[in-house]
Amino acid sequence: MATAFSATLPLHGSSSQENRLLLPSTRLPPPPPPSSFLGSTRSLPIRRLNHAHASRRSPVVAVQEIVKAKKPTNSLLITKEEGLVLYEDMILGRSFEDMCAQMYYRGKMFGFVHLYNGQEAVSTGFIKLLTQSDSVVSTYRDHVHALSKGVSARAVMSELFGKVTGCCRGQGGSMHMFSKEHNMLGGFAFIGEGIPVATGAAFTSKYKREVLKQDCDDVTVAFFGDGTCNNGQFYECLNMAALYKLPIIFVVENNLWAIGMSHLRSTSDPEIWKKGPAFGMPGVHVDGMDVLKVREVAKEAVARARRGEGPTLVECETYRFRGHSLADPDELRDAAEKAKYAARDPITALKKYLIENKLANEAELKSIEKKIDELVEEAVEFAEASPQPGRSQLLENVFADPKGFGIGPDGRYRCEDPKFTEGTAQV
Amino acid sequence: MASLLGRFCRKLVVPGSAHGSRMVSTTSCDSEAVKSLNLYSAINQALHIALETDPRSYVFGEDVGFGGVFRCTTGLAERFGKNRVFNTPLCEQGIVGFGIGLAAMGNRAVVEIQFADYIYPAFDQIVNEAAKFRYRSGNQFNCGGLTIRAPYGAVGHGGHYHSQSPEAFFCHVPGIKVVIPRSPREAKGLLLSSIRDPNPVVFFEPKWLYRQAVEEVPEHDYMIPLSQAEVIREGSDITLVGWGAQLTVMEQACLDAEKEGISCELIDLKTLLPWDKETVEASVKKTGRLLISHEAPITGGFGAEISATILERCFLKLEAPVSRVCGLDTPFPLVFEPFYMPTKNKILNAIKSTVNY
Repeated sequence: MATAFSATLPLHGSSSQENRLLLPSTRLPPPPPPSSFLGSTRSLPIRRLNHAHASRRSPVVAVQEIVKAKKPTNSLLITKEEGLVLYEDMILGRSFEDMCAQMYYRGKMFGFVHLYNGQEAVSTGFIKLLTQSDSVVSTYRDHVHALSKGVSARAVMSELFGKVTGCCRGQGGSMHMFSKEHNMLGGFAFIGEGIPVATGAAFTSKYKREVLKQDCDDVTVAFFGDGTCNNGQFYECLNMAALYKLPIIFVVENNLWAIGMSHLRSTSDPEIWKKGPAFGMPGVHVDGMDVLKVREVAKEAVARARRGEGPTLVECETYRFRGHSLADPDELRDAAEKAKYAARDPITALKKYLIENKLANEAELKSIEKKIDELVEEAVEFAEASPQPGRSQLLENVFADPKGFGIGPDGRYRCEDPKFTEGTAQV
Repeated sequence: MASLLGRFCRKLVVPGSAHGSRMVSTTSCDSEAVKSLNLYSAINQALHIALETDPRSYVFGEDVGFGGVFRCTTGLAERFGKNRVFNTPLCEQGIVGFGIGLAAMGNRAVVEIQFADYIYPAFDQIVNEAAKFRYRSGNQFNCGGLTIRAPYGAVGHGGHYHSQSPEAFFCHVPGIKVVIPRSPREAKGLLLSSIRDPNPVVFFEPKWLYRQAVEEVPEHDYMIPLSQAEVIREGSDITLVGWGAQLTVMEQACLDAEKEGISCELIDLKTLLPWDKETVEASVKKTGRLLISHEAPITGGFGAEISATILERCFLKLEAPVSRVCGLDTPFPLVFEPFYMPTKNKILNAIKSTVNY
């Protein structure tokens, strides 16, 4: 086991240092000859953008270069089928979130709900390139990540309503969407908490490939926001991921605001993509309102991870059209800024692209929208009709053995014990 | 902001004066002007006064600039400037550590942690640095000027990460103080005492009461002493001890118990560490029964400490085992919150079974 991980070639050619997994033993065996797994030391075709002055409106020159380098047979970035898949996914995300808002204001949903309107291009752009066995880790703004990953709208809506048919049986609610089947490793209410979890998940797939010799090229994608980039856990994981060359992609959804804290006012260097190279991984900045650009960058980053070349940090410049959460009056953001990004709505942009490039016509897109509307309505009906979880569920899953906690010596659930109402029952 | 503060009489308080001295509101003012305020307004007033009376005090945390997610810091940035009231990036560990540094250099740092559930990254700094600073530097340095404010407790729809009550973790740390107010009037006085106390204080504010609790709060500068519990309701059959928002629930239970002929004595602990053992002991020696209630899970909660101490001191006077009505031993649930919480009925049942032991 030691040999497979014991040496990684540094990314930028300084050969005297070796990054090693720290093992408790005394002498480490000599490093193996460089294999193709360890990856090439040539730098990524996506060159780091060197700006003389940091400009947030700079065009993403790098992506166009990749596209040119590939020289596709046609000049389009996507085929019709792919285009329709992307469109449907983004419409699903948008309709779902709009329905959430409606349900919240009608009192069907409660708690803290954070909506993803405006950022759909990032979720669709990345997650639609993943397979079922790839993992996704998200934040509290996770409904659309779950939907893109394949969790059914019914399961997500039921979870939001707190019903037993929800993806977590109603335990987690809005901020904790998990799905074992789709490898959705959760929403995390706490910022930055998901990133180490994603790092560990990425290690698993590398271990499976390298040590267990299984055919595994699963990658993990960790989504988080600009506020998280000032948190210690983020840096710790950038370091570990680069050190162990993990198949992980760190996706920063930079929507410029952390509740009421502007990114530009809270970060010493607001260009988050620059933090990648500081840890030895490529850092890329992409226009997160354009799903095709995001997809191109994602393709390269995912391919890199699958080849075993290690992590990538991708900063997506995006924007949330609604407030931080449904309880946020959203008074702090400048109307001009909101208008500017509203004009760059990713769904409208994709629609325009599809129609102008004759990949689809209005009728097809309208039928997709109608289909999604019906799907979301059906999800709401399903959620409303579903039962609430039984009270015994409260005590389940605290530990692995439900009997040890949830079920008393008489074989009944402890919550049915009359002493429970007194709070004096032995638990 | 002017309308909120109004005219108020300001008592000259020497920062860092002994926490034990009683500074009651009625002494130096001409007229005790009071205003009906809710909890966040009372805390806001306290912060205004604290910043006004000490030019080297600072308020910072996530989103405090625009007033904070609970509006506790409204108007501070406008009045005192961005150099004294500022937003920090999202890094609890960094924020508290930074506050410790400021306090060690003789400033007063009032740190806001947005929700008590997020205090855990800062737990290391609080336990290992703030609590031990004076001790390990041989009193050369101390971070007494540090006060950490965090909203805690259930709010009805908070779920796992917006409802926790972590006071028990901090009560296990010698070197810091843990203070929890029950109402707006208490909050203002206790917060001013905590800020001016020469020890680092973790101040938990019951978020449920931010808007719900409204009380007549004196407008001037007053402090309520720390480590002094208050008997808020006299009784003779059983002593109930609690803190924060739970007291409102316990009060309801006391009223219901009275209808059944049980006379309950209700004590607000106010400061959990170091707690006022004498008051509780005296009360239990009078009634012979004790019931403790808190929202945090029962195992290892602070009720256990109170129970153990009272047992040591009042063993022969106790007529019944000490009863604890607390949250269940599960993570704070989302949908099951009403079932998890120590409700009035649970407390009432426990009162009756203790009295009828």
